[in-house]
Amino acid sequence: MSESVVDIKGVSRSFGKKVALDEVDLSVPKGSVVGLVGENGAGKTTLLKHVLGLFKARTGTVRVFGKDPVKDPESVLSEIGYLSEVRDLPDWMKIGELMSYTKAFFPSWDDAFAEELRQMFELSLDQKVKTLSRGQRARAGLIAAIAHRPQLLVLDEPSSGLDPVVRRDILSAIIRTVADEGRTVLFSSHLLDEVQRVSDHVAMLHLGKMLLTSPMDDVLTSHHRLTVRFEQPLDSPLKLDAALRCEGEGREWTVLCNGERASVEAQLTQLDGEIVDRAAPTLDEIFVARMNG
Amino acid sequence: MQIHITEADGTPFYQQVVNQIKFLVASGRLDEGEQLPPVRRLAEQLLVNPNTIARAYRELESEGVVASKRGAGVFVSDSGSPLSRKEKTRILHERIDALLTESSQLGVGVDSLLKLIEQRSKKFDSPRGGKS
Repeated sequence: MSESVVDIKGVSRSFGKKVALDEVDLSVPKGSVVGLVGENGAGKTTLLKHVLGLFKARTGTVRVFGKDPVKDPESVLSEIGYLSEVRDLPDWMKIGELMSYTKAFFPSWDDAFAEELRQMFELSLDQKVKTLSRGQRARAGLIAAIAHRPQLLVLDEPSSGLDPVVRRDILSAIIRTVADEGRTVLFSSHLLDEVQRVSDHVAMLHLGKMLLTSPMDDVLTSHHRLTVRFEQPLDSPLKLDAALRCEGEGREWTVLCNGERASVEAQLTQLDGEIVDRAAPTLDEIFVARMNG
Repeated sequence: MQIHITEADGTPFYQQVVNQIKFLVASGRLDEGEQLPPVRRLAEQLLVNPNTIARAYRELESEGVVASKRGAGVFVSDSGSPLSRKEKTRILHERIDALLTESSQLGVGVDSLLKLIEQRSKKFDSPRGGKS
């Protein structure tokens, strides 16, 4: 139904012998916030660099706004706001210079919005980028990424290593961006609670493979956490085919499953287990279960 | 309007917002005809996706808890009372179910539980107790 802003099909990429991306598909619907999660080295940054046209897909296709970001970089990049994980800003510039420099690249730069953000973030125009703290640097990078009101905002680990106040600024920037009709956000993070908060879709990468892409609410409601108690302590670890993860010791175990709740419960009952609690797991628990099985 | 959402349990956020607004209506903290905050403002306040809030409002509207007036915003429905009665029952059912589960796990039967409830409720009968 809805059109895709980013459409990635069958993209694979290796660095030497290491497979960074393996037949990855990803579709980012217009107006959505997609949270890309995965462990370090899962391929998140590599995937985002394909979206930005910094890497050329060797196999598969990448389309952003229906265009190839490698062949058509100017028209694609002018509509993208990007904040990289390393926040590579020119150290020798002052904040004011950074703003006018960035503005030169983007015809749609909004001076009033940039100024509003600068004051909100308490950055002074003549402060040198080199002297900024980590949090200030993230804020300066954020101004450069969103003041041209991009159609697509791409953030690579925007909150890593930042204090809660700056993280809040970043989350509200994401929210403001989508609240402006039809704008889209694709961001990677390993702060799962944050992803759960602001994303409406989640994409889970693991060792270069896309494990799942789904609306957030579907992911949360299709997984179940059961706590089960057995008459006798189990002498070997609990193992169930339909479960993603079983954890515990002795008489009490926690079982996390996806969708197959009825069959998991039947199996547990057959083992003389009494289910003492049924709950909805958090995205964090689901992620851990999927990664470590 | 004070809403608190948590990622600590996996209940989808839109559902948490729906439940809490229903609770506010049922308990009279949101009056008939009162306006709910605009989607964007509530999203920024709670730091959640605006689509989540929009979905919660749609859900509340389809259940008749709120009504949106074109261009003016979203308001608590006038026909709140029968619904709020139903909602009160629903909220209590939820708590009762949780209590029954817990007491059965503790090996306390329904009869003893009822007695306990009566005893405890006497504590609230003093003049300082909540409104009936």
